[in-house]
Amino acid sequence: MTEVKASMAGSVWKLVAAQGDQINEGDDVAILESMKMEIPIPSESSGTVKEIKVEEGDFVNEGDVIAIIE
Amino acid sequence: MFKKVLIANRGEIAARVIRTCKQMGIATVAVYSEADQHAPYVGLADESYLIGKPRVNESYLNIDKIVSVAKESGAEAIHPGYGLLSENTEFAKRIEKEGITFIGPSADVIGKMGDKIAARNEMKRAGVPIIPGTEQAVESAEKAKEWAASFGYPVMLKASAGGGGIGMQAVSNDEELEKAFEGNSKRAKAFFGNGSMFIEKLIENPRHIEIQVLADQHGNGVYLFERECSIQRRHQKVVEEAPSPVLSEDTRTRMGESAMKAVQALHYTNAGTIEFLVDDNENYYFLEMNTRLQVEHPVTEEITGIDLVEQQLRVANGEKLTFKQNDLTINGHAIEVRIYAEDPNTFYPSPGKLTKLDLPDGPGVRHELAVHSSSEITPFYDPMIAKLIVHAETRDEAIERMTQAIHQYEVEGIKSNVTMLKRIITHDKFKQGETKTTFIQDYYLPTLTNQ
Repeated sequence: MTEVKASMAGSVWKLVAAQGDQINEGDDVAILESMKMEIPIPSESSGTVKEIKVEEGDFVNEGDVIAIIE
Repeated sequence: MFKKVLIANRGEIAARVIRTCKQMGIATVAVYSEADQHAPYVGLADESYLIGKPRVNESYLNIDKIVSVAKESGAEAIHPGYGLLSENTEFAKRIEKEGITFIGPSADVIGKMGDKIAARNEMKRAGVPIIPGTEQAVESAEKAKEWAASFGYPVMLKASAGGGGIGMQAVSNDEELEKAFEGNSKRAKAFFGNGSMFIEKLIENPRHIEIQVLADQHGNGVYLFERECSIQRRHQKVVEEAPSPVLSEDTRTRMGESAMKAVQALHYTNAGTIEFLVDDNENYYFLEMNTRLQVEHPVTEEITGIDLVEQQLRVANGEKLTFKQNDLTINGHAIEVRIYAEDPNTFYPSPGKLTKLDLPDGPGVRHELAVHSSSEITPFYDPMIAKLIVHAETRDEAIERMTQAIHQYEVEGIKSNVTMLKRIITHDKFKQGETKTTFIQDYYLPTLTNQ
């Protein structure tokens, strides 16, 4: 099990993956938006998306868990 | 002169405009979003109005709301700052229709310069050098080769529907061009449904040098020399200086005269900036024109002694310029660094709460601030929180002054680019004037992996 964490503080602009999706390492899970910049948040491992911890529009801090991959 | 001016902007530029208005005895009106309630500029203005929610389209880009505040407060003119509505033709038109003065050029000129193709054509007509290129799509690799022969290699291939670097490739001979043409055309067709290709001369390892212009409504105009703004990350400027460390007196004059040709052809009024790419042989090519005040305008003010905001207000008020080109000289050297709330390694934004802001002081040191020492930096706007400007007799002295100032500059509570700025300013290549657009990539990023 691995956690996908936010690499910067910002709001969740788009969720690209959904619970139950099969994803590969490097696939984007979410796109964060902060200070006029959009940053994709990729998964560091392949697997199934067990849980998405945030919703679109949520504010996350750097290091917050966005999703759990199994 | 106007009795009251509304500033349709936020942050350091709003504070900057308010300062000059105060010196001129003009009352000021600030507008702010819910996120900017405690921002310093709001308290500096004589009146302030909440105009909406944090997101810019619900506040700073809300034309109706800003116009209604201008009317309610009795402001006679609006200063748009930079970014936001500053180059929005609809805004400029609307303000004038409401009988309020827009502090900037005409809506017509803003529109022309905002359209890349129209701007290029206008400049070509005015006799300003543009990057040689095809004005229509090139239908085959054979035709592309003919064009390349006329400009000389290297050339840049660009998909006309392209974006984000897709369908774009630099090539340096016929063979490469042939391969790249087919491949990129196919890719552009697959991605954008349009495979047509343009081709233009590639300006290698360029510098970004821009000319400040100022023109009144009576046909008088001047150029206030150049700013060298090559050091950029994510296509945003980080360090700017005036004058350029490399430009010859002859090229400076030619660039200034080209800029004045553009001003005359466009019947441009107010302050504006013409950006050029400059190659190693001091050939220069029009890039774009910004029809507003620039972030880096303080370096020009420092070397010319002219307050650009004051001039903008006077020109908008219909006054004549009180100086001519021959009255202007370059006095010393100025450098500006932009303080960004961002990770200095990844350039990712770093919003949060400031816990400390300790600023250097001394002769020749100037600050422009969007924040105070305990400001909350929200994720809604640009990451620039402050600018530090120094002025000295020579470039070496200015670098020395900046080195001391940036080492005393303390930002805590969020990540900032101060460590990055220290490395740039003290880098030998910076001291040598090797300020190219590839500076960060060539000289700063390698210092991170050597840690």
